[in-house]
Amino acid sequence: MALVFVLTACTAKADDTPLSYGRDIRPLLAENCFQCHGPDEATREADLRLDLRDAAIAERDDAAAIVPGDAEKSTLVERIASDDEYLRMPPADTGKQLSAAQIELIRKWIESGAAYERHWAFEPLRRPEFSIVKRDRWSRSVIDSFVSARLAAAGLSPSAEADRHTLIRRLYLDLVGLLPTIEEADEFAGDQRPDAYERLVDRLLASPRFGERWGRHWLDQARYADSHGYTNDNERIMWPFRDWVIAALNRDLPFDQFTIEQLAGDLLPKATVDQKIATGFHRNTLINSEGGTKVDQFRDEQVKDRVDTTGGVWLGLTVGCAKCHTHKYDPISQTEYYRFYAFFNSTADSNSVPPTIPAPTAQQQARLDALNGRLAKLADELAADEKRSERQAAWEAELLRRRHERIAGEDAAGGNTSWTVLELDGKSGSGAEIKSLEDRSVLVGGENVAGDIYEVTAHSPLTTIRSVRLEVLTHDNLPNRGPGRAGNGNFVLTDFWFRTGDGRDLRFAKAQADHSQPQYDVAGAVDEDLETGWAINGSPEGGPNHDRTAWFVLATPLEVEDGHALTFTVQHRASPQPYNIGRLRLSISDQEWRDAPSDDELVRLVAVPREERAAAQRKRIDEAFLRSDARLSPVFSAIESVGKQRDKLTSQIASAMVLRELEKPRATHLQKRGDFLQPGKEVLPDVLDALPGFEPSESTRSRLDLARWLVRADNPLSPRVRVNRLWMQLFGKGTVETENDFGTQGSLPTHADLLDWLAAEQLHQAWSTKRMLRLLVASSTYRQRSEVRGPGKSADPQNRLLWRQNRIRVEGEIVRDLALSASGLLADKIGGPSVFPPQPSGVYAFTQRAKNWRTSTGEDRYRRGLYTFFYRSAPYPMLTTFDAPNFNQTCTRRDRSNTPLQSLTVANDASLVEMAQALAARVLAEIATESSDAEKITTMFRLCMVRPPSPGEADFLAKFLHEQRAHFDVHGDAAGKLAPGKLSAGVSSVDAAAFVATARVVLNLDEFITRE
Amino acid sequence: MNEPSDNLQLKRSTRRAFFGDAGLSVGSIALASLLARSARGAAAGHRGGILAQPHHAAKAKSVIFLFMAGGPSQLELFEDKPLLRELSGQSTPTSFLEGRRFAFLKGNEKLLGPNHTFARYGQSGAELSDLLPHHRAIADDVCFVKSMHTDVFNHGPAKIFMQTGSPQPGRPSMGSWATYGIGSEADDLPGFVVLQSGPRGPRGGSALWSSGFLPTNHQGVPFRGSGDPILNLQSPPGIDRESQRAFTDAVNGLNALRHEAVGDAEIETRIAAYEMAYRMQLSAPELMDISDESRQTLDLYGAAEGKPSFANNALLARRLVERGVRFVQLYHTNWDQHGGAESLEKELPRRCKEVDQASAALVLDLKRRGLLDDTLVVWGGEFGRTPMGEARKPTGRDHHVDSFTMWLAGGGIRPGITYGGTDELGFSITENPVHVHDLQATILHLLGIDHERLTFRFQGRDFRLTDVHGNVVRDILA
Repeated sequence: MALVFVLTACTAKADDTPLSYGRDIRPLLAENCFQCHGPDEATREADLRLDLRDAAIAERDDAAAIVPGDAEKSTLVERIASDDEYLRMPPADTGKQLSAAQIELIRKWIESGAAYERHWAFEPLRRPEFSIVKRDRWSRSVIDSFVSARLAAAGLSPSAEADRHTLIRRLYLDLVGLLPTIEEADEFAGDQRPDAYERLVDRLLASPRFGERWGRHWLDQARYADSHGYTNDNERIMWPFRDWVIAALNRDLPFDQFTIEQLAGDLLPKATVDQKIATGFHRNTLINSEGGTKVDQFRDEQVKDRVDTTGGVWLGLTVGCAKCHTHKYDPISQTEYYRFYAFFNSTADSNSVPPTIPAPTAQQQARLDALNGRLAKLADELAADEKRSERQAAWEAELLRRRHERIAGEDAAGGNTSWTVLELDGKSGSGAEIKSLEDRSVLVGGENVAGDIYEVTAHSPLTTIRSVRLEVLTHDNLPNRGPGRAGNGNFVLTDFWFRTGDGRDLRFAKAQADHSQPQYDVAGAVDEDLETGWAINGSPEGGPNHDRTAWFVLATPLEVEDGHALTFTVQHRASPQPYNIGRLRLSISDQEWRDAPSDDELVRLVAVPREERAAAQRKRIDEAFLRSDARLSPVFSAIESVGKQRDKLTSQIASAMVLRELEKPRATHLQKRGDFLQPGKEVLPDVLDALPGFEPSESTRSRLDLARWLVRADNPLSPRVRVNRLWMQLFGKGTVETENDFGTQGSLPTHADLLDWLAAEQLHQAWSTKRMLRLLVASSTYRQRSEVRGPGKSADPQNRLLWRQNRIRVEGEIVRDLALSASGLLADKIGGPSVFPPQPSGVYAFTQRAKNWRTSTGEDRYRRGLYTFFYRSAPYPMLTTFDAPNFNQTCTRRDRSNTPLQSLTVANDASLVEMAQALAARVLAEIATESSDAEKITTMFRLCMVRPPSPGEADFLAKFLHEQRAHFDVHGDAAGKLAPGKLSAGVSSVDAAAFVATARVVLNLDEFITRE
Repeated sequence: MNEPSDNLQLKRSTRRAFFGDAGLSVGSIALASLLARSARGAAAGHRGGILAQPHHAAKAKSVIFLFMAGGPSQLELFEDKPLLRELSGQSTPTSFLEGRRFAFLKGNEKLLGPNHTFARYGQSGAELSDLLPHHRAIADDVCFVKSMHTDVFNHGPAKIFMQTGSPQPGRPSMGSWATYGIGSEADDLPGFVVLQSGPRGPRGGSALWSSGFLPTNHQGVPFRGSGDPILNLQSPPGIDRESQRAFTDAVNGLNALRHEAVGDAEIETRIAAYEMAYRMQLSAPELMDISDESRQTLDLYGAAEGKPSFANNALLARRLVERGVRFVQLYHTNWDQHGGAESLEKELPRRCKEVDQASAALVLDLKRRGLLDDTLVVWGGEFGRTPMGEARKPTGRDHHVDSFTMWLAGGGIRPGITYGGTDELGFSITENPVHVHDLQATILHLLGIDHERLTFRFQGRDFRLTDVHGNVVRDILA
């Protein structure tokens, strides 16, 4: 397609234009020959390859496929031009055929010497001379000179500059994704200063809304979403990465640094929390938590996705094609693919949420520091009491003295919390048998497979749940009496959490046990890291074979219906030997559990000789003493209270998913047919051969090296791909239209010199995104009118030569943002957890599990579209309807469809109707009641389109308003429904409804969702 | 192509009050011609396909895919294995297990004989268990393929594989390929409709009916079984049908003025989209309203008004096909009988009862209306189940990718045959294996599409539904 165009528009007229291999010949050979005579050895026929000149001109049986300068002697020409269908190439069964004109081109090219060129995109970047381009009055910048030269060559001229109203709306939509106010627009329209336009651009680039607008483009490429994907599609915390992107764009973090931090921020020397959060880029891969999934399979998929995404985003190459076999068209062998894979093959995550790091906001960090400081001071106060140990010894002795006076058998570990024991129904993921005993504990028997996951279900007798107690109990059927099923009776509990019947996943903020084995603290059971867990050997009493208790506390109370199902997941370490729990009992409480052992329990603890006490035991005794000690109890109670505040704060701090490198890298093998179960030879990390390689002096081959290489000055692809995408956002399509394929199968640039000039300029600008955007939007090319009129309409209907600006329908998020902005409902807040604006009911009729869509209230109801919580399996419907992908893989370009479902959404969706109501209310509030309809309509129209309506449009709307008034006059109840409540003081409900109906029309106009 | 009724409708819709004004007549004329033009062609989006002509004469106009999500047990429903019954409780010969990966099996499971009686039915002598009594009536209309096999053994990936030809989410679904290739004949409805019944949605979610990299107007549109089938089908409170008409006319009138001003054809498409949206608001409820079906038909399916069920969806599928919809994808969930709470003893018979009658009814109903000839019905899940039981009580079976059964009927399929077979234990295929890609190739073939030639270039590669595989199963074509 592109080729045909190039030929007709540029070279067809001039027969003497020299043939270019890259432009004219390679596409023909690639399309018709390379599949069997290209880079892929596995499918190569007749041992002939035509993609390399040496091979093509090599003599074979006294002949050569290509004899430079002599087409008649070239067997290639003989075969492609043959009349014999058995000899003719390409073979008939491929369905491919060369036309006579194409054969003639190849013939001519061979006659003229059959010069090969490297594919343009792999050629080093050069800053083209633009002195050859003649200066003209229209051109403001080099960009324009290139564009205007191409236009002139095609006999076209550029369109006039758009009017100021169009320009300010265009700049607002493109740079910040919101609408200007009428005042801002008028001020700009009246601004006579020569640099009025540039001032506006600078103001918008400096707006914090810039990061939201351009961050969203980047988040598409990062395949950002708020859930894991696949079947269960559980929620994940990924918004710290989203906020990092927004902030990075706002501070114009240079793209090279932006790249390095996202791909390998964790490997930077003295990496900051921020740089680690940036590595969330590649944690946006899917996690499959369906029962029976094999971790190795999905880890492999994640690594492959990282390779493909990196190739597509930075290099604009489809490296994924080399997964199963050497790339058919581009110089990427299967071995190179797995070398690239090796860079990503040694991260610690494995189809898992961890590793994560706490990602406090600045505010949270400050509070945390303050609380820690206060705790340290209080601890000093405790330490300063020299008489403490004396008093504690006396207290302990007193406890022991009283031991025989007490009646044993009280709830030993209950403290002051009252517990309700649950009736359990257990299920094993690996086929173990779980049976219930009379004391409501469950006993596990039968299969004993490493890493078993029990799902234990109960119906909640309580309507509020704050704490959960897990007792692991000994039993005669268990090895060494248990409580675990390992040979010695131990176990390792790596993960413990539960899900409510209505699909809420609950994780505990705090865990404590009466005993934890050293290095196996019970905290490891709630940290979402499957490498850490709770075990119970190494006890003062000797061996693991004792009843133990662990307590788990939720950060906030959970409310459920009476009898609501609770399903606890009890996951064990997947070590070579099974370490599963053998008998357990669960209880819940509506109170927050606090470690306050009963007297009976204390006596038992104190009875253990001081030097034999384990850390956990010491802690409990110390705390009990401090609570009872008249002198220190005020200090300790302060410690507890501050500690509680800190716990609460810590539980609120988001855990960001990050990349972390394993200490010992994994070996990487080539995979036969792309199947990780069929490993081939081992390979070491390296970059693609077709591009400048690592320096020999560089001995390491880490992810960090890869990241630096991607943005090295001599890598020609990254800057070309980057500027092409920036260009695409502003002009509707890239100058390389296949913006994700700069390989030989991709389309050729419409303005190759311009692309190279921009790429070189971007390096010159030290990779500043804002400087590049400023350059682009300042051009005359950008400022053109977008009307589809004039000779260009037939000469260049696709507007490849840019004889006008393109009209671009905005993305789904921006449709929402514009409506929020026009109606005045938009909330200012930037960043933070994703939100849940109202959505139509019935969205989850088609998902595996109903999602917990907690419709936001207050300002979160009116946040920008990019903050809408994104479930991959059931995205917010409006976004899908407006072409947002599911973000299961990288998205470098959004579709722009135009469908009836979009119409239904803008017309009827409750959110948008609410915005129409608010728009009407805004107009009625801002414009004096006694003003004319025309004035109100003009304001309403301008709030949405910026420009005033044409007389025809104004009349049309006035007539509509009038008709609606008449309608609602007769249908008073309908008026009340469409304009509920008092929209504005002094306005009748009939009038209000008529204005809502009119506002609804305006929001539904094509122009409203279009960047003109 | 442009039916007279369309014109009438368009004329009516443009003869609104505010076009009567002489000053606006230009807009009115422009709008009328725009609407007429757009209704004919590209604007409706899913009407026209990319292929000017089918690759060959189509046998089927529409496809109804009854997807039994979770993987029904072929060994309880379609495949009688006396030896398996005999060896029930014994260890599995190691030759069956070596080098294979399973979702849940550990390798020490015992063989499990089915607990159902099988008999042969119809002239064709098709084998069916007592769990599917209504299927007996369609034994001679259906082709049973007992030699299906697939590549992946987890639900989500396997479903995505069945629907898109790839186990990873992101590729276009079969229905999207169909409408992309040959469009749809439905005027007021999407060309690719998705229906769902059972306790939950299918694993894999919207990736199953995604249009992937194809233009997004080819994605499957989920129709809900109760209430409004499509989201946002209801006009806002206070807007009745007449007001919505006035709204649509106003939007389109103003868009027509804008089109005059800027000349972008995209605005024509927008106008057509609003017109179609309005028509959908009328036609979709009419589609869902099954009160106009006879008592006899409702009873045939076991459908009941206002009670969402697989039976209702099967009936809706017929109504959709009648209205020209190209691809109807049904899901009925919870066929995942591993044992325990999801047992072969208790749960499987329930699933069968939910779908048996209506599946058969759909075939019979299409047949008596003369629609079966050009409607292809496909029945089956993402994989089958193992001959070994899982160590759970009551019993269940694990996911089995190496052999399972599906059936096809109508739309150019040879009726009354059984194709392919498995060994005495039902473990491996012994004759005529049919891979998922082969099934996909066959479905496209019946629609007049050559699966190797319907491609889409994305990121430098020509993608197709069947990846680089798939052969049309000619033996089962009529």
